[in-house]
Amino acid sequence: MKILVAVKQVAALDEDFEIRGDGRDIDPDFFIRDLNEWDDFSLEEAVKIKEAAAEPVEVVAVSVGPAEADESLRKCLAKGADRAMRVWDAAIEDSDSIAIARVLAAVAKREAPHMLFAGVQSSDQSFASTGIAAAALLGWPHAAVVSNLTYSPGAKSAVFRRELEGGLLQEVEIQCPAVLTIQLGINTPRYASLRSIKQAAAKPIEVMSLADVALRAADVGESGSLSRVRRMYIPDKGRAQLIDGDAAQQAARLAEIIRAFKGAAA
Amino acid sequence: MSGIVVIAEQRRGELRPVSLELVSAAQALRRPGEEVAVTILGKAPESFVKALSVVGVDEIVTVTVASPEFDPDTFESAVGALIAARTPDVILAAHSVDSFGFAAALATRLGLGFATDVFNAARIDGEIVATRGGYGQKVNVEMDFPGRSTVLLAIRGNVFKAPEQAAAPRITAFDAPQVASRAAAREFIELSAGDDVDMAAAEFILTIGRGIGEEAKVPQFRELADAIGATLGCSRPIADAGWLPKSRQVGQSGKTAGACKLYIAMGVSGAIQHLAGMKHVSTIVAVNSDAEASIFGVAKYGIVGDIFEIAEELRRLF
Repeated sequence: MKILVAVKQVAALDEDFEIRGDGRDIDPDFFIRDLNEWDDFSLEEAVKIKEAAAEPVEVVAVSVGPAEADESLRKCLAKGADRAMRVWDAAIEDSDSIAIARVLAAVAKREAPHMLFAGVQSSDQSFASTGIAAAALLGWPHAAVVSNLTYSPGAKSAVFRRELEGGLLQEVEIQCPAVLTIQLGINTPRYASLRSIKQAAAKPIEVMSLADVALRAADVGESGSLSRVRRMYIPDKGRAQLIDGDAAQQAARLAEIIRAFKGAAA
Repeated sequence: MSGIVVIAEQRRGELRPVSLELVSAAQALRRPGEEVAVTILGKAPESFVKALSVVGVDEIVTVTVASPEFDPDTFESAVGALIAARTPDVILAAHSVDSFGFAAALATRLGLGFATDVFNAARIDGEIVATRGGYGQKVNVEMDFPGRSTVLLAIRGNVFKAPEQAAAPRITAFDAPQVASRAAAREFIELSAGDDVDMAAAEFILTIGRGIGEEAKVPQFRELADAIGATLGCSRPIADAGWLPKSRQVGQSGKTAGACKLYIAMGVSGAIQHLAGMKHVSTIVAVNSDAEASIFGVAKYGIVGDIFEIAEELRRLF
């Protein structure tokens, strides 16, 4: 039995960031990289299923990205993934989430897992589409924003709850193999122990090229994408009126605002 | 390729309000003479015709399907058939949980230009340009769709104002092929467990976020909320950690602060999902140690500082 977990190394921006020379992204010098928060939950969900299963289950983490993504894959290994794979090729640069999904679907075809998990979205580009696009390419049943899952590895179906808007859930049964996008809060991701971090550092990460997953350069990058970044810019934000002073002065002004509200409401 | 198709959303017999917002979003993309057709899927789609008959809609297309509620296979098949029959140049859906479940699959299968969480869309020199946020909303990103004759955009909610004036669009029934869905929806479950607080009715809310750091700090803020007369709310990480019941979560998947007039956010960074539940409040005060936190972008007043110090000082004054 096998569960494939798609993970992304995301970028947050340093306090004073600059737009890249071509105006279409941020200068990577200002990136603070980490494993996508949602993916931490989907990995944990796979590891939990593995730990509860009677049969052996292999949890495989896969990422599409350059060498620095290894750091996030090692995190996955330390948290319980059995294997880690990374696909990269210069042609993948400038891929949108759909082109990335093409690579993930190609890996899934090769690995033939019983289930594919992805995060609902990434914290940096927040397209919320990679997992579901991969499902379309695989022709698999799919569901987004799963906040509770009951699944025995190898079973013909799984039961989950979709987290809808406004505090509503919907229970759904789905045929497997399926692609599920996993929501925050579905579980409590574990911390990796020092020992497991050390062990993960020694484990291999399987690095693959496009040819290894039977894709051509035209399948990815701009030609394999459904959108293109035309321009990136820093918006003129509506800024809050700042309350200055020390904590006591700031609190005093806040108290005035509260009293004004209460006076108006009374 | 011509025409704009809007995909409306319904759930449990109610039209989702974002559906009409999409009609407004369509107007900026409309070429002279181009029509806006709103599609509604359901077991009895005619029941939504009245609610969808607003200014800006030229045609309502009803699609009768077996599944009363959203289902990915049903949507992809029916909307796919409609696109094949109508060859529109623009398709608008909501950036919603339902659309997360089918829009990317549909765009991928049909090779449509595709962008999500779009808050502005226009034609520039005839080409569609969609604007969305990037890197936690710190930047705006303009997307275009070279070589794509049809573009599917998932539009952010609460950005466009729904048209209010009634109109009398044409009504057309579209026969979509019926599919055997690979998923079976069972029941809906209301998430109200926890306590009986009604965040939607609260006029004054004090919300705590990830910035409080640890569960042991919660009682201090609960006590502060009581002292100043506010209802204590929270952002997602606090509810996920179980530090406060889910019923107190403000945001897209939690509650909307519908009646709120004063909203104090302490240690809340301001993820877009949280903002969806509170950015409309007339007086928002944000307290955060990070001067760059996105919450300051929607707040009327901002305090950059240590939330614990401010909380302690504020407590002394009540």
